[in-house]
Amino acid sequence: MRENIHRFFRAARGAGVHVSPAESIDAMRAVAEVGLSDRAILRDTLLLTLAKSQDEKLALGECFDLFFSQPEPRQEQPEANNDDTPQEAAQSRSSGATSDAGANQPSEGLGPLAQMLLSQDRNAIAAAIASAAGAASLSDIRYSTQRGIFSSRILDAMGLQRLRDDLDELTATNPALAERLRATLEGLREAVRDTVAQGLALYAREEAENLRNEILRNAPLARIERRQVAEMRALIRQIARRLRERYSKPRKRQRRGHLDVRRTLRRNAAWGGVPFLTAWKRKHRDRPKILALCDVSGSVAQVSDFFLLLIHSLHEVVDDVRSFAFSSHLIEVSDILESKSPEEAMAEIMSKVGFGSSDYGSSLVDFEKQWMNTLTPQTTVIMLGDARSNNLDPRADILRRISERSKRLVWLNPEGRLAWGFGDSEMPRYATFCSLVRQCATAQQLERAVSDIVATYQ
Amino acid sequence: MAEQKASTAIEAVESGLAAQGYIASRQIATAVYLSQRIEKPILVEGPAGVGKTELAKAVAAWRGKKMIRLQCYEGLDEAKALYEWKYAKQLLYTQILKDKLGEVLGGARTLHAALEQLHDFGDVFFSKEFVEPRPLLQALEHPGGCVLLIDEIDKSDAEFESLLLEILSDFQVTIPELGTVFAITPPTVILTSNSERDLGDALKRRCLHLHIGFPEQRLEERIVESRVPGISQTLRRQMVGFIHEIRSLDLKKLPSVSETIDWARVLVLLQASELDTEIVKDTLNVLLKYEADIEAAQPQITTFIAKAARSNVFG
Repeated sequence: MRENIHRFFRAARGAGVHVSPAESIDAMRAVAEVGLSDRAILRDTLLLTLAKSQDEKLALGECFDLFFSQPEPRQEQPEANNDDTPQEAAQSRSSGATSDAGANQPSEGLGPLAQMLLSQDRNAIAAAIASAAGAASLSDIRYSTQRGIFSSRILDAMGLQRLRDDLDELTATNPALAERLRATLEGLREAVRDTVAQGLALYAREEAENLRNEILRNAPLARIERRQVAEMRALIRQIARRLRERYSKPRKRQRRGHLDVRRTLRRNAAWGGVPFLTAWKRKHRDRPKILALCDVSGSVAQVSDFFLLLIHSLHEVVDDVRSFAFSSHLIEVSDILESKSPEEAMAEIMSKVGFGSSDYGSSLVDFEKQWMNTLTPQTTVIMLGDARSNNLDPRADILRRISERSKRLVWLNPEGRLAWGFGDSEMPRYATFCSLVRQCATAQQLERAVSDIVATYQ
Repeated sequence: MAEQKASTAIEAVESGLAAQGYIASRQIATAVYLSQRIEKPILVEGPAGVGKTELAKAVAAWRGKKMIRLQCYEGLDEAKALYEWKYAKQLLYTQILKDKLGEVLGGARTLHAALEQLHDFGDVFFSKEFVEPRPLLQALEHPGGCVLLIDEIDKSDAEFESLLLEILSDFQVTIPELGTVFAITPPTVILTSNSERDLGDALKRRCLHLHIGFPEQRLEERIVESRVPGISQTLRRQMVGFIHEIRSLDLKKLPSVSETIDWARVLVLLQASELDTEIVKDTLNVLLKYEADIEAAQPQITTFIAKAARSNVFG
């Protein structure tokens, strides 16, 4: 059983619950206190000691139910010893087999696996599969492509080779029995396949997810497939959570050891300035104010979509976000993004301003007319777009004024640096007025860019 | 055998808490039992008003121990949570003892000798008498142990969390001038959090993590029964059923157990025998705390009452 609990810890890690060695020690201590007989109490105990949030509790609860729904190798039953002592088991089985398998069976010469299958002892078969799975170290399974090799390893460990020999022999001597054996073998293969699938669900989830996320993080946002959009949104949410955790620390930090002389004197005026009560200096930090201007034309739209999703899920970190979308003219989209689900919001934005050919000049003019006065020296302005303005007037002078009024002006361009300045790209002209220009085509680059912006306020 | 003992012990916890008027679910009772056996603090999370603070009070009352409460807020530091030097007292004593000091030091001829003598006094002004123990130190020094409630830990700063780590894992505190203070009897520590911000992993690792959500209908009925004994059974069922319907709405703040109890008291005061649309409309402000929520719930009242009554018949 101890072994089982350890296997459960591995399964829990697979389910995404972080279990450190210290935690597993604590959990073992707790389990030793409450014992194993009452499954409900055991479940509560493991949930209390291992899970550290409501999400983890749900995941762990599911994992617990899945894990303990599989047949465990039960030591107290004689059948479970089959693998260790085939001879003994074969003898005990042969007596049982003859009685329930019908008339005079010539099963004397058969191997243990054949005996077991013919006797149709479900418990014994389940136990044998479980212990063979242990021998084949099923808990090391990581990828779905490994299913075949683990299945065959388990079957080998159960003695498939011997069974094949038996089958060959029987086909010659007793075709009817051979037919039955073949049928049960099919059943066994299926059972093993199920066991492996369950093992994959238990142990491999984390690894598979990591791999998929890694690929997704480095895929160009503009060209991801439709079916991946939902996964990408989940990934962006995950990135947002990570950024929140990193940057939502308190903004106020006491400057310990620096006496605030003025406040101390004022506070102690009643005692003639003798400093009974001391006051210390504090330092306030601003939270980021972000103003985002996103191009939603053509190929940039997808990147803008994810960028807006990321920025708007950073409530705890960012004080104030206003976002604007443009292609040929510019509108404010903050309210749409705040009040609707990401999919609906994006659809509405696209119907309002999307699909036009982009005109950076007139969009900048729109911005200057209506919103220029919202810029403060604390604001970071983020421009997201490819700066391809269809050879229209780029109005870089407005961008210069934006840059002068704000704390920082960051330009994120989904195109590679090589393409900047070629064709109708106005990037070099705009770049002179930006505090920072960077390429931003994948989720990873997006995360870095936003992380850097937020970090300048810390 | 140990296993038998564990399940009966958990039942004992349940009935012990029930005697104090706290109806605990099995999971809560298991957490309380485990925290006692493996000496770990319990971190209780959940929405406001589901009885997180109440749990600590009930545990203290059941064990017959004193409860020491530390309310957390932004800017809470060790001077207010752990200990503080009685600065004013130190100043006052030096003023009063000025003459005495002068007398003692008067014998010294040189400044150096005076300094020597001053050293001989040792750390007179940095001794136990001048330490003002704050809740955490009080809890450690309390003879016979106590229940320490660290309320709304998520309101405090991240630095304060780190300060707690030493106390939570080893039940000790280090004061630079005095040395390490060990707990005489390890206190039962209960931390509560409204999940306003994510707590650090280091803190979570040291605790049993207990999440208290909204209770099931049966459990909530029992809670109302124990807290508001005057209420009739039909009304109790109806109102709890009604509240469960309300919780299915998308509201700013869902009514929690404390609101259920308040509402039950109000209904008893108004001598209602069963729910009807009028009385619910008049008292809805006990349940819902935002104007927008009340407006959202208003049109549903009649349906919810009917639903609650129906579930009453079949339940």
